[in-house]
Amino acid sequence: MMKEELETTNRPDNTAFTQQRLPAWQPMLSAGIVIPGFVLIGLAFIGIGVALFITSQNITVLEKDYTGVETTSDCYKCSNPSDKNCTCKLEFSLSTLFEGPVFFYYGLSNYFQSQRSYGASKDEYQLSGDLDYFKTPISACSPYQYDANQNPIVPCGSLANSMFNDTFKLYQIVNGTKKLVPFDGKGIAWWTDYNIKYRNPSVTPLKNAFNGTVKPSFWSKPAYELDTSDPSNNGFVNQDFLVWMRRAALPDFRKLYRRITEGDYARGLPAGNYSLEIAYNYPVLSFGGRKKVVFSNVSWMGGKNQFLGIAYLVVGSLCVVMSMVMLIVYAKFKFPEDD
Amino acid sequence: MGSLLSRLGLECGRKAVKEEERHLRANDRELNLSYKYSDNAIKTSKYNIFTFLPLNLFEQFQRLANAYFLFLLCLQSIPEVSSLPWYTTVVPLVLVLSMTMAKDGSDDMNRHRCDKQVNNRQVEVLVEGELQSEKWMDVQVGDIVKLENNQFVTADLLLLSSSEPLNLVYIETAELDGETNLKVKQALTVTGKLEDSVEKLANFNGEVRCEPPNNRLDKFTGTLTLKGETYSLDNERILLRGCTLRNTQWCFGLVIFGGPDTKLMQNCGRTTFKRTSIDRLMNVLVLSIFGFLMIMCLILAIGNGIWEYQEGSKFAAFLPKGVNAPFSAFLTFWSYVIILNTVVPISLYVSVEIIRLGNSFYINWDRKMYYPKNDTPAEARTTTLNEELGQIKYIFSDKTGTLTQNVMTFNKCSINGKAYGELLDFSGQRVEINEKTEKVDFSWNNLADPKFCFHDNSLVEVVREGNPEVQAFFRLLSLCHTVMPEEKKEGELYYQAQSPDEGALVTAARNFGFVFRSRTPESITVVEMGELVTYELLAVLDFNNVRKRMSVIVRSPEGKLTLYCKGADTIIFERLNPSCSNLTEVTTLHLNEFAGEGLRTLALAYKDIDPEYMEDWKLRHHVANTAMDEREEKLDALYEEIEKGLLLLGSTAVEDKLQDGVPQTIEQLSKADIKIWVLTGDKQETAENIGYSCNMLREEMNEVFIVSANTSEEVRKELQTARRKMTPDGTEEPTVKKSRSGLFCLQKTETVADEPVNGEYAMVINGHSLAFALEKDMEIELLRTACMCQTVICCRVTPLQKAQVVELVKKYKQAVTLAIGDGANDVSMIKAAHIGVGISGQEGMQAVLSSDYSFAQFRYLQRLLLVHGRWSYLRMCKFLRYFFYKNFTFTFVHFWYGFFCGFSAQTVFDEWFITLFNLVYTALPVLSLSLFDQDVNDWWSFQYPQLYTPGQLNQYFSKRAFVYTVLHSGYSSLVLFFIPWAAMYDTVRDDGKEIVDYQSFALLAQTCLLIAVSIQLGLDTHYWTAMNQFFLWGSLSVYFAVIFTMYSNGMFLTLTSSFPFIGTARNSLNQPNVWLTMLLTSVLCVLPVVAYRFLRILLWPTINDKVRYKVRQDKVLPPTPRRVQARRTSTRRSGYAFSHAQGYGDLVTSGKFLRRTPKSRPALFSQTDSPLAQTQPQFYRTISEREEPPLSP
Repeated sequence: MMKEELETTNRPDNTAFTQQRLPAWQPMLSAGIVIPGFVLIGLAFIGIGVALFITSQNITVLEKDYTGVETTSDCYKCSNPSDKNCTCKLEFSLSTLFEGPVFFYYGLSNYFQSQRSYGASKDEYQLSGDLDYFKTPISACSPYQYDANQNPIVPCGSLANSMFNDTFKLYQIVNGTKKLVPFDGKGIAWWTDYNIKYRNPSVTPLKNAFNGTVKPSFWSKPAYELDTSDPSNNGFVNQDFLVWMRRAALPDFRKLYRRITEGDYARGLPAGNYSLEIAYNYPVLSFGGRKKVVFSNVSWMGGKNQFLGIAYLVVGSLCVVMSMVMLIVYAKFKFPEDD
Repeated sequence: MGSLLSRLGLECGRKAVKEEERHLRANDRELNLSYKYSDNAIKTSKYNIFTFLPLNLFEQFQRLANAYFLFLLCLQSIPEVSSLPWYTTVVPLVLVLSMTMAKDGSDDMNRHRCDKQVNNRQVEVLVEGELQSEKWMDVQVGDIVKLENNQFVTADLLLLSSSEPLNLVYIETAELDGETNLKVKQALTVTGKLEDSVEKLANFNGEVRCEPPNNRLDKFTGTLTLKGETYSLDNERILLRGCTLRNTQWCFGLVIFGGPDTKLMQNCGRTTFKRTSIDRLMNVLVLSIFGFLMIMCLILAIGNGIWEYQEGSKFAAFLPKGVNAPFSAFLTFWSYVIILNTVVPISLYVSVEIIRLGNSFYINWDRKMYYPKNDTPAEARTTTLNEELGQIKYIFSDKTGTLTQNVMTFNKCSINGKAYGELLDFSGQRVEINEKTEKVDFSWNNLADPKFCFHDNSLVEVVREGNPEVQAFFRLLSLCHTVMPEEKKEGELYYQAQSPDEGALVTAARNFGFVFRSRTPESITVVEMGELVTYELLAVLDFNNVRKRMSVIVRSPEGKLTLYCKGADTIIFERLNPSCSNLTEVTTLHLNEFAGEGLRTLALAYKDIDPEYMEDWKLRHHVANTAMDEREEKLDALYEEIEKGLLLLGSTAVEDKLQDGVPQTIEQLSKADIKIWVLTGDKQETAENIGYSCNMLREEMNEVFIVSANTSEEVRKELQTARRKMTPDGTEEPTVKKSRSGLFCLQKTETVADEPVNGEYAMVINGHSLAFALEKDMEIELLRTACMCQTVICCRVTPLQKAQVVELVKKYKQAVTLAIGDGANDVSMIKAAHIGVGISGQEGMQAVLSSDYSFAQFRYLQRLLLVHGRWSYLRMCKFLRYFFYKNFTFTFVHFWYGFFCGFSAQTVFDEWFITLFNLVYTALPVLSLSLFDQDVNDWWSFQYPQLYTPGQLNQYFSKRAFVYTVLHSGYSSLVLFFIPWAAMYDTVRDDGKEIVDYQSFALLAQTCLLIAVSIQLGLDTHYWTAMNQFFLWGSLSVYFAVIFTMYSNGMFLTLTSSFPFIGTARNSLNQPNVWLTMLLTSVLCVLPVVAYRFLRILLWPTINDKVRYKVRQDKVLPPTPRRVQARRTSTRRSGYAFSHAQGYGDLVTSGKFLRRTPKSRPALFSQTDSPLAQTQPQFYRTISEREEPPLSP
């Protein structure tokens, strides 16, 4: 018999890829994996949940509203925006030691830092010390780009303009005398914001860089005078300014104001009576906002947040319950008997 | 060659003024140019260097999706509206546009190259009395050109003269219609006289008036006016561009249509775009998604209006606004349109195309669909229909060349009560015959056909021993037929048979030592066991459909008169001499056996005739033959008279060779719930026979209905009777479900519901009845009855009817149809069906050219559908479900954030993340899912063809599935937004610093989202190849690498305004609560899905789950059970079949077509007046497959 040589130039290649025979792992949702998996995840979640819950429980938080809506409040007198340089007092007492380090926050509610045009209304170049943008801020800053006389505003934009300007002083009442609790305002902003993102122009004195510019209209003093005592906390790298400029994601937010870490208060706030003196400057009532102060300590999981712990507990328990259900169903409908 | 048709662009047939009539005069350029007919240059390219960019962009933006993104880009350039920077849209859009542009550009370069090559071909043109070589593109209408052998025809020419006698030329039309056989054209005698005299040709001034340019290849009407006389012109005189001149030294032609006006070019660009049902569904979905998008935007815009009114206006101290609330809401609406456009990202369309292309390549690459015998791999000629291959419900198949090889082999015979052809081993068991079985050695016979093979040695022994019955048997086969022999070289015989059956029988006789050598009208010369014997041929009693037999009456050299007869067993048995009754019984047994195996049987008989009776009969025959009226009847009566008292010799069994694996394929496909209808031009008996041999018709079926009536009423009655028999208690009126579908529900559809049937039925309907049944008022009746049957065979159908049947099912069943065929007569149905498949590697190419998929063997169809189609469908559906899930989840998170940012269209994610999410972070994992995923491998797909059914029912992706997907992503987005929201609410970092700032929250939300959708992808992946792992983990790593890079000091310092997120990754990803939040969101997104799927598999397992479970159970593949071909030994059924309808015995005896010299053999074709020329087959190609004019009822 003649052996025919077949021409096979068009024969496709025999590779695992072209023949769709790539080796593969083909997992299946089998009872052996799913049910123990649910149990394990459930137990792990309950474990994490308990840890989170306890941690959260151990965090102390003291929150005080000082908007001055209620007439009984001392700050009621300051709630009229026409009243300038008003100070009010907020008194509270601690029955036990408020463990330190204690962080002192101010909080705002119904305040939309998350609004798009509000958030966009700043000039990154200007804030990184680019002098060209001192003269011509970007248009996103409008209407806080130029003042009525066409002088450029530095720092420009709504975000900078609306910087929070209430100031606080905390006194412990010891035997009827007020003892100032020292605040630490260093390092309350992100390291990257302080060192990289925001920079003052390299002009000394700093004031000269601001020649021909005007301060934001709401500000009482120009940027180069935010902290005249400490040049490393002045201008765009002022910690309070940095904290404000890191805009909040949600309409209710709190921002770090000071830390209480020094002197007698390094271990925390001892039990006793305290008085907080507030220089009430920031108007929020017009838009139904609220202002508050918060004293809080932190844990490994950050500030106090009950939700995460509870959520883990609930989800963990649900997993365990679900695994039971699946086990029962599996026992009843053992898959598949037929075939 | 065939590629010419396909690469022709859309340039064809653009003409400002419609031409009414073409008028030209030979050798009169001035006159001809005045009509401004197009010259012979063709331009299939679309662009040149300057027009490429604008034209291509213009075309691309005509596509809705691209235009939409352009519109978005415009929106983004409005500062008041722009909620996203321009690059989020520009980057993907530019990518898509440039990819398409590169593809279009390279395509057009190819077209340019081809055009250039074609336009620059040289041809000799008669210019001012001299033959000059000119480029094709310079040829004008009215020029006379000279073509030489093997040259392409320059333009559509009027043939003037040729080198061959009778002014014939032979052309090959492969490029035009794919047929490789030669065709004949003949010039008018008056122009033929011009011959090759340049002088005469130059003086030729005939005027042609003819039809305007059109695309009908088979028609031409016109007149030639020469010296005051008018000659009519038809298609016979025209050489079409695209043909090749063969076997002709030279010819001259007058250019009638040039370049774009030629029929070839007019024929291009008609390709109808086929769209898949998923495509159509996707269009509807995309539209409803747009609606949904608008609603979301509207809600948010209204929210913004209210917010502005209640809050924003009072917040003005910090954020002064120049606009009032309603206008702000209006702007916000558009801002949200920009942000939420990710529900339909541009990458959807690109990905879908890539997936289809990839899956098409798999088809091209499949070695199991490669046919080594003629080196033909499978080819996906259309790359956009893959997933529809997984949804086929009806298959319409041609018979000849598709189910069968169109090769007849002499397989078995029964001679004088003894059966031959079966191989038995020592224990008497039947041995299966395959390619390795030893063949009978025919070397003793030097005239034997080497291709003939037979396995039973005993027959050869008997014939060589000189057994008289066996010799008579083969003598009959060598004498009683209408085959034409051709002996090109001494001893090299070539038979031209009218039907392959006859060819097979005569070839068998030839190999067994009875070589039919030559014939004249009066004689037949046969080499009988090496001895030359010439028989005098007295009469041929021809074959026809009613007689079902043919006889010859010959006188042997010894002067003995014998009538040899072959025909249908039932017919022959009626005419046998009673003395044969014993033999008849045995032969009947054998015939049953043969028929049971699906073989085509003929009974053979003979009778010696008394010379005196013969004289008398011959006289009467002559009278009858010359009678003016009722000639047929008179002849029939005469034939009837003489074909009586025959002596049975035996029977033959010819196998209409099925292609390999056809019955198995059909069985597999029917297990997959695919209905197969055979539409063939063949006769009813042949079709039925094939039906039996490929297991579509079975003895155990309750009933096989045969519909062959002659009037409309009868057809209706037969259909109704059949239907009532199948469902005695069914409703009279069909259940028609009316619905609307398509974009904007503009299409009205009527669906005839499937009806339950008890038992198995089949229907055979012939073309004549089909013509009635396909009329408007009866088509539903036909459809109902046909759809109740397991098998439907339509025989004697015209190409047009084939298409009509397909259209009928498409119209009323809303099911996906596939048509498979090999010949030109299948083109219409291939084009009509949703998917057309061509059998490639055979003579004709036309079916392949118009098909969407092509391969060499019918059996590959099961792999195409059950493996490739199923996987493609599965993958596409998985892709779409996942893709919509991913993007809806992505988008909904923005929606929820709207409530926390004053509906200000603030994005919740980093802008870069939005840009890269679809393009980089999730693109490759989802592509690898949709290119590699398989639920079970091909082996199991074949093992369980039922796995195919979910596709037919649209189970994997439908409107319902889409709604589920949307709900699922709604849930996921709630988790993905509100868990981080609640977990981060009022909290701080572990050093007391900020963590709930916008940037940290954005990072958290986007990371949660990416992880959740990645895990969801993992859940959807059933088949984890290394690629899947690599892409999934790779994409996640890329994500983290990118955020750390983008949020790095360096990026900020180089591009301050573009990367404001500096430090965010460092500051928040080191926080345990951030990671705990991610874990919680992932688990909450994924576990419910896991639980749901687990329970679903337990409680309502699909066929898919079951098979997957089974695969897991037995990892080791069990051996394939050896398939035993069931032999049917049951009720008497005639296996008689013969593939031609009417013999041409009268031609044989009249000698009309014997008047040819061997050299001018093809001249046969030119005699159009003889019926033979039209029916002349090419060797063994059956004539019954030829096109018939549509029946006019």
